[in-house]
Amino acid sequence: MAEIGYRHIVCDPTKCIGCRMCEYACSATKTGSFDPSLSRIRVVRIEPITMTAITCRLCSDAPCILACPRKALSRSLEDGTILVDADKCDGCGWCVESCDFGAIIINPAVHRAEICTLCSDQPEGPRCVAFCPKEALSLSTPEVVSQTARREVVERLLQELVK
Amino acid sequence: MFGYSGKILHIDATTQNTSVEEKDAGYLKKYLGGIGLAVRLLYENTHAGVEPLSPQNALCFAASSFAGTTVPVGTKHGVAFKSPLTGFVGDCLSGSHFSEMIRRAGWDGFVITGAAPQWSVLFIDDDDVQFLDASRLLGLGTIETQQHIREWLGDENIRVSSIGPAGENLVRYAMVDNDGRQAGRTGPGAVMGSKRLKAIAIRGSHPIQVADMPNLLEETRKIIKISQGPGTAKYRILGTASNVLNMNKMGVLPTRNFQQTEFEHAEEVSGEYMHEHFTRKTVGCSGCTIACEQWAEVREGPYKGVMAGLDYEPLFALGPNCGIGELPPIIYLSRLCDDLGMDSMSAGVVVSWAMECYEKGLLSKEDCDGLELNFGNYEASAEVIKKIAKREGIGNLLAEGTKRASEQLGKNSGHFAMQIKGLEMPGYDVRSMKTFALGVATGTRGGDHNRSLAYELDVKGTTDRFTADATRGKLAMEKENFACILDCLSICKFARNCFEHFDDDMSRIYTMVTGIPLTPGELKAVGERVCNLKKAFNIREGWTRADDTLPPRVMKDPLPSGPGKGCFVSQEELDLMLDSYYQARGWTRAGLIPRSKLISLGLDDIAAELGVSDVEEQSPAEMVEVR
Repeated sequence: MAEIGYRHIVCDPTKCIGCRMCEYACSATKTGSFDPSLSRIRVVRIEPITMTAITCRLCSDAPCILACPRKALSRSLEDGTILVDADKCDGCGWCVESCDFGAIIINPAVHRAEICTLCSDQPEGPRCVAFCPKEALSLSTPEVVSQTARREVVERLLQELVK
Repeated sequence: MFGYSGKILHIDATTQNTSVEEKDAGYLKKYLGGIGLAVRLLYENTHAGVEPLSPQNALCFAASSFAGTTVPVGTKHGVAFKSPLTGFVGDCLSGSHFSEMIRRAGWDGFVITGAAPQWSVLFIDDDDVQFLDASRLLGLGTIETQQHIREWLGDENIRVSSIGPAGENLVRYAMVDNDGRQAGRTGPGAVMGSKRLKAIAIRGSHPIQVADMPNLLEETRKIIKISQGPGTAKYRILGTASNVLNMNKMGVLPTRNFQQTEFEHAEEVSGEYMHEHFTRKTVGCSGCTIACEQWAEVREGPYKGVMAGLDYEPLFALGPNCGIGELPPIIYLSRLCDDLGMDSMSAGVVVSWAMECYEKGLLSKEDCDGLELNFGNYEASAEVIKKIAKREGIGNLLAEGTKRASEQLGKNSGHFAMQIKGLEMPGYDVRSMKTFALGVATGTRGGDHNRSLAYELDVKGTTDRFTADATRGKLAMEKENFACILDCLSICKFARNCFEHFDDDMSRIYTMVTGIPLTPGELKAVGERVCNLKKAFNIREGWTRADDTLPPRVMKDPLPSGPGKGCFVSQEELDLMLDSYYQARGWTRAGLIPRSKLISLGLDDIAAELGVSDVEEQSPAEMVEVR
């Protein structure tokens, strides 16, 4: 299969309503309680109408892996997610600082970095996607995202031409 | 405990001392949360006759039973206080993210009494409570204040409820805003201002534990799907502004201070028109799956760039009701009210009253500080609203609300002061909506649609809206009880059609969250209990049957046109419906609550204080039933 980039969680800001259901679903799945501060996907709202959800984008040359002084981070060969070796990670936070998207959190209870795993252990895949009421979230690749964008722009332009 | 913490935080703003009160599962189950818990806390923490703007009034906040969970639209919070507008119970339900943060800070609710020695920000940081100097924030708008506080404290996760200049200046219908959603009606902003609190900031670090996570997640996912179906389409697609054309067609759209009920520019201010030309984005509260809030932006002209989240109620009040038939100024006026921190519904109805006074010559141009306050003059309307927030000139009179303003002005201006118990009317002319006329007349917080829901019966045609009869009491009561359950669970009303078996589903979900067993019957009982509790608060404040009335215009002036032409609500009709309502409630003919009724609702402490004896006070009709 041709390499077309890893699948990751994509949020469509035009559909996102800022409800933070993804944060509740993620933290419930990962921690067993509702604790948005430990959610691995986070909603950002810049008043009043700019909003989107952000999580790990599985960058190809992941700066977090390079930044880790203890070599605690590595890439999963299976799905490309960033794996955290719990024994090596001491929660220093260099990975947090290296991430342009703010997609990594340090769990203060265990002093360890935590990153989106795409819910690889869940039968139906990412829980944030399943709970998003507006289908703003999807599991996608850069290629699929650009395909969708191309289709939408053509549809829009053609509609205007027909008018 | 699951869901709940079982803890209420008490804050004395005068001494800045705090204490913690424990509440057990049995207590919490009786009031659930939101409005129910907030009103109960109000009852317990105030005494009869408390002056609303004095330190002795209590400002009570309570989180939703479902705060911070995946239960859709279940993250509202309740705010209760004695209203400076009505002198009766003031209770508000607001959305956004504040409720979740109350719960995550480890509280089911908090009660503020006293008044800070100087303007302060109350910062509740888990169980640490601080009073920060707010002098740098004075005069700022609501949203601006919230942004400032987040920057100042260096944490975007902090949630803030704040007042604007209107609250600082004790405008009687000032509101409290959090992230653009409001505890809007009956004047919580004035009460907060009287306590010299510019804002309440909350940060919580506790996870919310629930009793049965796997089943809760499964159940709530189903509801999320259903909530995208036809039951919520109205709110999701056009928002509540879609009411404009419906109400206009029914001939109940209040126009020019309820002088007319059909508006010639309804089309241009309709939800449909707004959606096509102004709406930029829909926004949801935390855990909301509907997103009713339509953010409209003015694209050109003098108000270019102004944005507001515009619902039907502010739209009617500031638009048709003031004779304004274009959306750009309405969007601007709505945003102005939100920023200044005043209830845009009351503001609109106050301004429309002043406009009618002006056109009738009861207020001169000089009285209006040189403004030509004709209907439709939106520039003058904006100036007046700014003056109200500052209590400047004519604004000082209007800041008192239509009831007090018309009493001060006299000249029979009370005839068209569109208020009940001091609270300005919502966007329905009840002259041809007689079930709702009963609902709004008996409303414990005054001229309000949300606590009653009886308008649904008239709008859907379940009842003959043009006539009154003795069946309306029971119907209005049932709607009010249902609305009350929603307010106590703090489930948004816009999700009310998402549940096929509401009582079963909700009681089951409640138990999944809290671990507290709750039968569908017990859930239903909460609605009736809390309606009686609010009424009991009012009785303690001296309520009499004469308070359950309608504005003189509704009772004297026949509707000039439309399907309901000629309709008005006569005293006989109102009495007939009031009798039927009190009887359905098991109250006396005078509208008082028998001791046995209060005891049956588990309000024994109130029964001892307020309940009337069962036999002497009963109406003849009830005596027959008792036998």
